[in-house]
Amino acid sequence: MEILVYGTINSVALALYALGFALVYGISRLPNFAHGALYVLSGFIAWSALNTLKLNYLLSIVLAMGVTALIGAVIYRLFLIRVRGMEISEIIASYAIGLAILEGLRWGGFKGMTYTLPPFIEGSVSIAGISVDYQRLAVIVIGAALVAALWLFTHHTRIGLALRGMAQDERAALMLGIDSDIMAVVAMGLGSMLAACAAILLLPLGNIVVESGYNVLILAIAVCIVGGLGSWVGAVLAAFLIGFAQILTVVYLGAHFQMVVALLAIILTLILKPSGLFGRQKELEERV
Amino acid sequence: MKAEPILQVREVTKTFGGIIALNRLSFDVFEGEILGIIGPNGSGKTTVVNCITGFIKPSDGRVLFRGNDITARPPHKIADLGVTRTFQIMRPYYSLPAYKNLVIPLFSPRARRTGGWRGGGRMGDRNTVGIDILEEIGFERDSYVPYKTTSTLPTGYLKRLELARCLALKPELIICDEVFSGLSMSEIASMVPLIERLQMDGITLIMIEHRLRELFQVANRVMVLNFGEKLVEGGAEEVMADSRVREAYFGSEKVEEVMVHA
Amino acid sequence: MSADKPQRRRERIDRGIKVRTGGIYALMSWREMAYLISPRVLLIAGLLLLPLVMPGMYWKRVISIVCIYALLALAFDFLAHYVGLVSLGGAFFVGVGGYLSALLNTKMGLSPLLCVPGAALTGGVVCTLLLMPCLPLRGVYFAIVTLMYPLFLARVIEALDILGGTDGILGIDSFPSPWLEQYFVIIVVLVLLFGLRRLVNTDLGLVLRAVKDNDQAVKASAMNITRYKAMAVFIASSIGCLAGACIVHIYMWAGISTFALDFSVLPIAATVIGGSGTLVGPLIGCLILVPVSELLRDFGTLRIVFYSLILLAFIVFRSEGLMIYGQRKYHQLERWKAI
Repeated sequence: MEILVYGTINSVALALYALGFALVYGISRLPNFAHGALYVLSGFIAWSALNTLKLNYLLSIVLAMGVTALIGAVIYRLFLIRVRGMEISEIIASYAIGLAILEGLRWGGFKGMTYTLPPFIEGSVSIAGISVDYQRLAVIVIGAALVAALWLFTHHTRIGLALRGMAQDERAALMLGIDSDIMAVVAMGLGSMLAACAAILLLPLGNIVVESGYNVLILAIAVCIVGGLGSWVGAVLAAFLIGFAQILTVVYLGAHFQMVVALLAIILTLILKPSGLFGRQKELEERV
Repeated sequence: MKAEPILQVREVTKTFGGIIALNRLSFDVFEGEILGIIGPNGSGKTTVVNCITGFIKPSDGRVLFRGNDITARPPHKIADLGVTRTFQIMRPYYSLPAYKNLVIPLFSPRARRTGGWRGGGRMGDRNTVGIDILEEIGFERDSYVPYKTTSTLPTGYLKRLELARCLALKPELIICDEVFSGLSMSEIASMVPLIERLQMDGITLIMIEHRLRELFQVANRVMVLNFGEKLVEGGAEEVMADSRVREAYFGSEKVEEVMVHA
Repeated sequence: MSADKPQRRRERIDRGIKVRTGGIYALMSWREMAYLISPRVLLIAGLLLLPLVMPGMYWKRVISIVCIYALLALAFDFLAHYVGLVSLGGAFFVGVGGYLSALLNTKMGLSPLLCVPGAALTGGVVCTLLLMPCLPLRGVYFAIVTLMYPLFLARVIEALDILGGTDGILGIDSFPSPWLEQYFVIIVVLVLLFGLRRLVNTDLGLVLRAVKDNDQAVKASAMNITRYKAMAVFIASSIGCLAGACIVHIYMWAGISTFALDFSVLPIAATVIGGSGTLVGPLIGCLILVPVSELLRDFGTLRIVFYSLILLAFIVFRSEGLMIYGQRKYHQLERWKAI
């Protein structure tokens, strides 16, 4: 029973990590290797707002989300847009940015003490005999709401539909008057904001550590690959698969092996079904 | 010339999501002939090529080459058997000089086995064999043209280069995907004898074309595709006389109106 | 119709001596021979003489480290520019090579001169096998997998506490003599540099470059691209493992930090600064970056921020790199020409 509860929580967490990455990749075909860095950065901003600027919690959260979205958009507009289309350069550039942010935070930001964000609601409730804290429940509820809101946004608002159009066929979108550069910037801002949302929901469960930047990036990529690049359903399903697999290894093998599960999942997927669970074949190779 | 079928396509079907690109398509290709495949845009012509040569896996059906089932094998294995193709969207190696483009296919196991075109069984220096092939295909030997960087060559030469890349493998079957498109009248006039010579050398050709007049000069048989299905198969005149073919290209209603009000 | 000032444009043409020695390839005088040979002689002589010039043990060791990074950068440049595979995790090769050499040395008692080549080749096989699943796929997957392997292996070693765990493997022999240690790496670098330059101009090299440009066409030419990519990965990972084996014998210790981020990022930065695609540019880049990074050692991980920012600047603003700029100046002359 514990496995079920913690498995679900872990899976939702993974899905949240992957959301921003999948969005940016789906829309502008940019593998954003700075995703993990933005995650940690937003946590840091929230912490600073809370403790250094002494703002109240809600304001700090909003500030973190907004600033991270802005930083993401600016990064894209200044740097990544110049290497748009050149896959190798995109990877190196976004990796370099992520590295610069993470190692910069390691050097200048986090020293010595442990940094935490307080949970939204204190206390816990007992479900089927296991005590689960409210924060974890909040993660599930808000996470699900976020996915639903995202679905509504991309299906029913003009900007959302424009983004989906770009994801499907950029040339056609250009012909319909959708400026793909601006949309790509918007997509990056949105993806960064989602990274921030994930950070805000999940960081209260533990400490803010720079290592988690790399972990988040790897897990997000693992979920996207296993689920299939470009598929929402696949990503959610993959999140649950990997999430439960991780919890099972923690229970039976030991906590150190969590990340190994993610790597094995990626390798297995690449060997058995490279396009992922629901991915489309054409993602892998160019059209003939 | 009419021997047993060298290539047999049986009930090949391919769907992309909800779209049926090929619908239970079956046809034979006989050794030594030139088969033309024509049809309006979107009728699945390039998909047929991709399915035969292994770049796309058919959803259903089989492809047999000389009796061997080659369905869904990897593309390089199929090319290794002697089934080669050109690309509709040309893919030369733009940064290399023209003759160096041929070094790559000449490096393949098949070229090494067969000695490449005119190699006579032993592969010599690949650069010289490359220049020889280019001369065969119409590049002027003693000029600087074979040494020019590929990105500077005009379309006519690039199309020939695509064919040269197939020839380097000493193929048994070449599938030409819109080889006449983008060429001027004079360039086509010099390509047609080349195609005829390839046939005389014993290569079977499948030509997918839009330029019907030029195609009918070389093709022995013609097959018409529409919406992924075979409409008609036969000689050039009987195919063009068929009303279904005209409907496919022009649409049915307008023909009557134009005829009436002319 | 006429403008007030005469219009000009910039024209860039090959120097006469380049056309003679390179294009037509007719060497007719000492001057022309010197034009071709002197850059190479300069490089070789410079590298060989450098240890003699350097004051003190510390800087001599820096030269060894420069060569180690140069090996990694060479491997990266070869893979990225000539095969199209971006390896974001040079540390993976270093770690595998390092640990293998350490094991060969401590567990089997072989001398370092045997361990290093042994570890290089075995490591090459191991790394190629581990990277096989992503070879048939697009370049993104290779980048992702190479990024992750060093992070994972480091954690697995820590978690399972095998191979020395967090303490690492101690008591590894160093090279028989300090001069050997110094010159072994330098000579290896020179041999591999010139060897790879020859390789990329052979037919096999052409095939690898074709795989990078246009893999569909290579497939249609009856060649199995996975096999050729695997060959290239084997070569590059052997070089990387060689570097790792050397460094383990220089420091006489192999630990988790052998998977450090430094080994992944600095080669990429060095390649981009020095001029990617030239194979000698990465070496130049390392000659610049490694001493700088030694000077910045006090700043801790700020070093990595520094490399990343330089890397970013070069990639994004598409600077051509020092070597390419240098080659252009050497081979071509620019002048203004009236229109």
